Amino acid sequence: MSFKKVTTGNHAVSYAVWSSRVQVISAYPITPQTQIVELLSEIVAEGQLDAIFINVESEHSAMAACIGAAATGARAFTATSAQGLALMHEMLHWAAGARLPIVLANVNRAMAPPWSVWTDQNDALAQRDTGWMQIYNESNQEVYDSVIIGYKVAEQVRLPFMTVLDAFVLSHTSEPVEILTQEEVDEFLPPREFDPKFYSIDLNDPRGYGLLTMPSDYYEFRYKVQIAHEKALEVYKREVELFAEIFGRKYGVFEEFMLDDADYVLVTSATLTSDAKYAVKKLREKGIKIGVLKMRLFRPFPFEDIRRVLGDRKKVAVIDRNIGFGHHGIFYQEIKSALYPLEKRPPVFGYIIGIGGRDVTPADIEDIVDDMLKREEMTEIIWKGVRL
Amino acid sequence: MIEIRMHGRGGQGAVVASKILADAAFRDGMYVQSFPQFGVERRGAPVTAFNRMGNPDEIFVRSQIYEPDHVLVLDPTLLLTVDVLKGLKPGGWVVINSPRDPEDFYKEFNFSRDYKVATVDAASIAVKWGLGSKTQPIVNTAILGAFTRVTGIVTLESLKEAIRENAPIKKEENVNAAVEAYESVKFPKEE
Repeated sequence: MSFKKVTTGNHAVSYAVWSSRVQVISAYPITPQTQIVELLSEIVAEGQLDAIFINVESEHSAMAACIGAAATGARAFTATSAQGLALMHEMLHWAAGARLPIVLANVNRAMAPPWSVWTDQNDALAQRDTGWMQIYNESNQEVYDSVIIGYKVAEQVRLPFMTVLDAFVLSHTSEPVEILTQEEVDEFLPPREFDPKFYSIDLNDPRGYGLLTMPSDYYEFRYKVQIAHEKALEVYKREVELFAEIFGRKYGVFEEFMLDDADYVLVTSATLTSDAKYAVKKLREKGIKIGVLKMRLFRPFPFEDIRRVLGDRKKVAVIDRNIGFGHHGIFYQEIKSALYPLEKRPPVFGYIIGIGGRDVTPADIEDIVDDMLKREEMTEIIWKGVRL
Repeated sequence: MIEIRMHGRGGQGAVVASKILADAAFRDGMYVQSFPQFGVERRGAPVTAFNRMGNPDEIFVRSQIYEPDHVLVLDPTLLLTVDVLKGLKPGGWVVINSPRDPEDFYKEFNFSRDYKVATVDAASIAVKWGLGSKTQPIVNTAILGAFTRVTGIVTLESLKEAIRENAPIKKEENVNAAVEAYESVKFPKEE
């Protein structure tokens, strides 16, 4: 029987990695991620998880170790944050280009300088074009489930998968999480089977991997990564349906909250969604027809689904806890580009909030809604609460 | 939804206390959330931790708590430097680790009678049960025992189980400290 436990977002990741029968873990400590791999190192040292834990001298090496492990067909995992993820950047390209189904948990932390340990999304979103799938989480239960679903999808489409959780607001927050039994997880995600067709390193038959490729061939390698992402969207949708059938928790490419008859929509991601839901429920009591669209899957991006859900609304506000410098909020860019092909489309307003872990309250969200309702001209970037 | 704020100093166990309280409320059938003030903790520096507990159908926001229903103070010297009553709702409990009488706090610190002050000598109780050292007792489980008694939000039985689950060492000593505080907490004078 599965059981519920009051636990942090970080430990929810550790338990999910355990549940997923990961075979190789390699990581380098960094706040606020460290607790993930601390608990995993204990679980491995106690022999509860039959895995190899590789200590390394940097995040670049941690991803390199995962790449080596995954290239042999092993199920590999790492976790990091901010500067650590940035240091991995080169290897992130390598993992995706080599088509290795590694899962990485990134605890969203603002990039330095100036130094910060608090949350925003720029670290993960800066990895947008590396070829990794990305999913954003609102609760510790979502975090736990995302790791298991992540491996299931990644291994079918042969792409790496990044699950993202907010620093402190999830990583260090304790709340109830249903931990599945090994038998239950095995039913959905069987132990990794050796797959010599795609993954094998034979010491008696040494080969080179990822070597110099001429312009006559390289182009098609990139095309195939894109095709894999397009396929991943379908595989993800199928797997979350199967997950819901078995475990009763339904996940989509996004979550719709009070959207059925909504004229106005707040597009959110990650933990500030909870505050947005609370604010929207209050605004509904005042008669404002508003709802929340919580983005989950960021790569592959669900363009068609976005058009279907947002196309007919009066106004859309995208709330970004990130900034694409010299452009706009990053989710804003994506939502706006998704709506462009429609002949009739709503104006989309872009709000920036909560960067560097500044607290986001339901009152802040109500302010955003007030502001959006008043505006007649579409506005692409509005910074909430800047103090100068 | 009930919102609680704890004030302590790094090393007193405020963050663990918050987790234990969440676990106890969860055992009593509530949905819960527990989190530290998102800072860089240092021994001796002021530390804050938060709890939300309530009906599982409610929406649990994730911002920090600005208007708590109740406050716990693990070190009375914090009253000199931190506004522990900030935003506290009228009728809320202030549970303080202190050997003194609750009435002293209305008189010396001008606490409003809108708040209900309870005191417990958590430091002596912790020392008695060997929790921490004489100069730096770990008072977190004792203060939870007092809180459990005065507010009745969680049951003593669930608190004991939550302590056994979450206390890293000296589980039974921590349970005994909570029970002793539960029994010895001082209430304010009836108006």
